[in-house]
Amino acid sequence: MFGYYLDLALRSLKRHRMLTGLMVLAIALGIGASMTMLTVLHVLSGDPIPGRSAQLYYPQLDPQDLKGMTSSKEPPDQVTLIDGQNLLRAKRADRQALMTGGSVPLMPEQSMLDPFYVEARYTSADFFPMFEAPFLYGTGWTAADDDAHARDVVIARSLNDKLFQGANSVGRSVRLAGVSWRIVGVLDKWQPNPHFYDLNTGSFAYAEQVFLPLQTMLELRLDRNGSSDCWGNSGGGAAGILPMDGCVWLQFWVELDTPAKAAAYKDFLLRYSQDQKTAGRFQRAPNVRLRNVMQWLDYNMVVPDDVRLQTGLAFGFLLVCLVNTVGLMLAKFMRRAGELGVRRALGASRRALFAQLLMEAGVVGLVGGVGGLLLAMFGLWLVRQRPSDYAALAHLDPAMLYATFVLSLCATLLAGLLPAWRACQIAPALQLKSN
Amino acid sequence: MDILPILSTLRRHKLTSWLLILEIALTCAIVCNAVFLIGQRLQRMDMPSGVAEHELLQIQVADAVVPPNPYARISEDVAALRQVPGVISVASTNEVPFGNSSSNGNLRLDPNQPERTLNATTYFGEDIAKTMGARLISGRDLQPDDFMNVDVVLKALGTGDSKNIPSVTLITRTLGERLWPGQNPLGREVWLTPTVALRVVGVLDSLVRPNAYDTSSAQYTMVVPIRMGASKDESYVIRTRAQDRDAVMTAALAALKKIDPLRVVTTQRSFDDIRNRYFQDDRAMAGMLAGVIIALLIVTALGIVGLASFWVSQRRRTIGVRRALGATRANILHYFQTENFLLATIGIALGMALAYAINLFLMTKYELPRLPAEYFPIGAIALWIIGQLAVLGPALRASAVPPVVATRSV
Repeated sequence: MFGYYLDLALRSLKRHRMLTGLMVLAIALGIGASMTMLTVLHVLSGDPIPGRSAQLYYPQLDPQDLKGMTSSKEPPDQVTLIDGQNLLRAKRADRQALMTGGSVPLMPEQSMLDPFYVEARYTSADFFPMFEAPFLYGTGWTAADDDAHARDVVIARSLNDKLFQGANSVGRSVRLAGVSWRIVGVLDKWQPNPHFYDLNTGSFAYAEQVFLPLQTMLELRLDRNGSSDCWGNSGGGAAGILPMDGCVWLQFWVELDTPAKAAAYKDFLLRYSQDQKTAGRFQRAPNVRLRNVMQWLDYNMVVPDDVRLQTGLAFGFLLVCLVNTVGLMLAKFMRRAGELGVRRALGASRRALFAQLLMEAGVVGLVGGVGGLLLAMFGLWLVRQRPSDYAALAHLDPAMLYATFVLSLCATLLAGLLPAWRACQIAPALQLKSN
Repeated sequence: MDILPILSTLRRHKLTSWLLILEIALTCAIVCNAVFLIGQRLQRMDMPSGVAEHELLQIQVADAVVPPNPYARISEDVAALRQVPGVISVASTNEVPFGNSSSNGNLRLDPNQPERTLNATTYFGEDIAKTMGARLISGRDLQPDDFMNVDVVLKALGTGDSKNIPSVTLITRTLGERLWPGQNPLGREVWLTPTVALRVVGVLDSLVRPNAYDTSSAQYTMVVPIRMGASKDESYVIRTRAQDRDAVMTAALAALKKIDPLRVVTTQRSFDDIRNRYFQDDRAMAGMLAGVIIALLIVTALGIVGLASFWVSQRRRTIGVRRALGATRANILHYFQTENFLLATIGIALGMALAYAINLFLMTKYELPRLPAEYFPIGAIALWIIGQLAVLGPALRASAVPPVVATRSV
């Protein structure tokens, strides 16, 4: 029966090329637009570190004075250096890392290369195992290196390719910010999207080229990037001057493997805040947050409003295309009233007619889906030409490819229901008579 | 044109008519809102900066080897840039209009008030207003002896020594009106921290902040007499004649490289480039919205063509009978045109209500303003025109149906 209906559907569609073409075009345009934007949304709201995002937490404390910076009830988005160091040394989590971003001048030893700036992350030893940064050569530095203010550096593969033509550079040295650093590891290609551990640097398509121990950076007063928010009489620092004590400018991440540990850590943060208040450093009542990766991204609304708006718009467009298709399909089915009447008179049940008409709708959906897929690929290509930082990430993945056909088929079948039902209501006798 | 027969025909094709009306309503609602959004973006892209945009260049250099005295390095660079032929004025600044990267402060009118009055951006550097072309409308510009070095200021902040902290500032007209409505801001004090008060000595007509997200706070700008040292975040702003910009840029870069050949130029651009870059997302969004509007109108037009063709072919016999009874071709043509006009009008009326509802939703979700009434006719006119254009083909075909059809059985 399936094969027969398919044959009937194809014949019927061929007979009214213009109407069929219009329907396929409408479906393809609607699916193409909505899949383009869904893919962008899907890429942007993805999990940057799958499998571990539920164990990584971002503690927030409220060290502000009573006047504070804003009226927000939320604690600041970063930590002060004092709190960061205290929490780092307390070692209450399975792993913990304190960090901030910066950029440093690199003086290549090869004289044919001009000096250039590289994006840097100043952090502590647990960073690499905690975020599962993949090493191509060597390893990260150790906690002992942190304490010793070691001049160790981990470099990214792209920098290793540029400086050492991809050779194993572990043990060699590189001049950064006028100081010689020993390369202890080379990271393989690694770029979590969004750049969840520090959203100040730009949320998407950002990757550091060198990783340096934070304690050494503090000693050398290397330049930092990103935001610093201060209250009271504190100033945000300048070249060679670190932000003052009343400023938050570092990110602190912890790994807590079980929910019980997370609850215990939150208690620890509350106790810590209370202790600081008793000691007179904090003025506000303890106000802490402990968000995991996805909660943190959600709180920071990393998906741009424009993208949400465009997705809504694309679905509005799909809706118009579907209403259009319902109308056209109705016209098409009703035009065949005579044929359907004959089939009914010859004994076909309403159910059989309904199945036959839905088959026709399904074929339109499939062809529209193929068209929509091509249009979505073109749409994503257009998105990639845009200047936004997330643009380069807009690629179709297998899940979205599959979703395109499912959406197209479901939408068209849905659009076919009403016309098919309407066409099945035809009284066969009336149709036979008028012919 | 008698519309009663049309209505009675439509009543016999309720489902198809309603589908067409629904499609027109949805299109009308989306088009109204999309045009409004485009208008918002275009208006944003027109945001005034207050500076002589076509005459300005920005250069950022980063030293591979940190200079021993960062303030001396800035003086040396500025002096060298002033020697470049074609240069009218040079300033070193921590931030530039529409440059994104910014330094901001929370202002209070009273040091003891619990919450800030507003957040304003702070430009630091000598000759900023003069070089950028921000017009002074009252008071005086900052003088060299107002200025202090940033390391001294930061140290004084920490120790609470108010003597080594600047005491004066320039503000924009908009900021003055917001802080002291209806009063002369000159001589008034605004608190940047619990112990630092700045006295307004001059008012600038306009100077936009680097991170101007919305038009209401875009002009909350202060220029504070703090001298920054050379660093990768500092910018040199050069004023020159518009036609000299390329030549001056080349010569200026050469002059800076001459001072230290190892320094890295990280930014070199004109202010036209800065504005372009700052509003690139808005431009992309406006382009995308325009694309959606066109696609929507095309799809709707094709839908109307499809349904109208269907109706015409369905009514061939009726048309033939009417023609045989004396209706002219024009009568038939007008019949279909009026029918489409009626459907479009109902659709547009529904679409207006829907447009308003969508706008209410967007207002709560994306902090958009209310849709102004003048946007409603845009959607209406667009759909009337599209409807009439789309129906013309099928209607002409209908009017070409010969009366003889009436005598034939189909």
